[in-house]
Amino acid sequence: MMRWDVHEQPDRLFAATGGRSRAYTEFDLVSLVVSESEPAVGMAPEAVQILRLCRHPMALVEVSARLRMPVGVVAILLSDLLAEGRISVRHPSSGAGGGGPSASWGAAAAPARLPDTGLVREVLVALKNL
Amino acid sequence: MHSKISDAADAEEPSADVEALLADVEAPLSDTARDAVKIVISGGFGVGKTTFVRAVSEIDPLTTEAVMTEKGVGVDDVAGVEGKSATTVAFDFGRISVTERIVTYLFGAPGQSRFRFLWDNLFLGAWGAVVLVDTRRLEDSFPVIDHLERKGMPFIVAHNRFDDSPDHTLDAIRGALDLADGIPLVACDARSHTSGKDVLVALLDHLHTLSAAQEAAS
Repeated sequence: MMRWDVHEQPDRLFAATGGRSRAYTEFDLVSLVVSESEPAVGMAPEAVQILRLCRHPMALVEVSARLRMPVGVVAILLSDLLAEGRISVRHPSSGAGGGGPSASWGAAAAPARLPDTGLVREVLVALKNL
Repeated sequence: MHSKISDAADAEEPSADVEALLADVEAPLSDTARDAVKIVISGGFGVGKTTFVRAVSEIDPLTTEAVMTEKGVGVDDVAGVEGKSATTVAFDFGRISVTERIVTYLFGAPGQSRFRFLWDNLFLGAWGAVVLVDTRRLEDSFPVIDHLERKGMPFIVAHNRFDDSPDHTLDAIRGALDLADGIPLVACDARSHTSGKDVLVALLDHLHTLSAAQEAAS
């Protein structure tokens, strides 16, 4: 199993995030990230890797696992790429506890909220037929 | 493996590393995927969470880590100190593309109460949870079941039948867990793709019942 310890490489993480450590709030673990541009000359290697990985949609948590960088660090890199218009993000539409665009990684869990019946039925029927 | 020296080399010449990374992504999501659903698989140590995720996932389960915060309780709060502690936790997950539009990510969450802060983070925005139980160590599942009940997070319980498990009926397990009547309890074999899928269908069935009842009441 792959393990990646943040404490082994503090310098690399510090460089990758410009020293920021605050968790960004606009991303859910399963927000789907899609590249909107090709890597450009001079971009940070981590940004290049994200743009290549996300040519097809990929959840934040999967980008984190494949880059072997902690979720919080990847979230910071993604918010920069989003601000530069290099990626777009498809947030989860629903979920108990609030999974919408305002859901934050690391916040206290809100009271459970049930997903829309139609959406549940769609997933249920599709799962049965898989 | 990831020493600082090799990373410095990567920074100067990232292409080889990136190609290896891309070659590694089996089964990329469809470009039409727009909505991800989070489901949590929990249960005591060694109950078969990773086995379950592996059996149903379309990719090899991946592991990552995150810094999770936990609000302090008791003395810290009274003293007005910002009572938050941060811990780095590793967890694993897999995924299933259910439709062109919807993908389900399955997260394995350890059931020991010392992982309570991880639960809050993983359960945030989750549709629901499956609690795997092993009848040889039923008590291992008590903390996470209590937690889910308190949070009002929809869940079902799945009895992972090990070959040397004592032969308990589901009714006996329900009694031992003191499980409310409305919460489904099913048997499964966490190693089996079909069985694992049936467990997820049972969870979705339960969610559908709850969601339809809520809609009818509003």
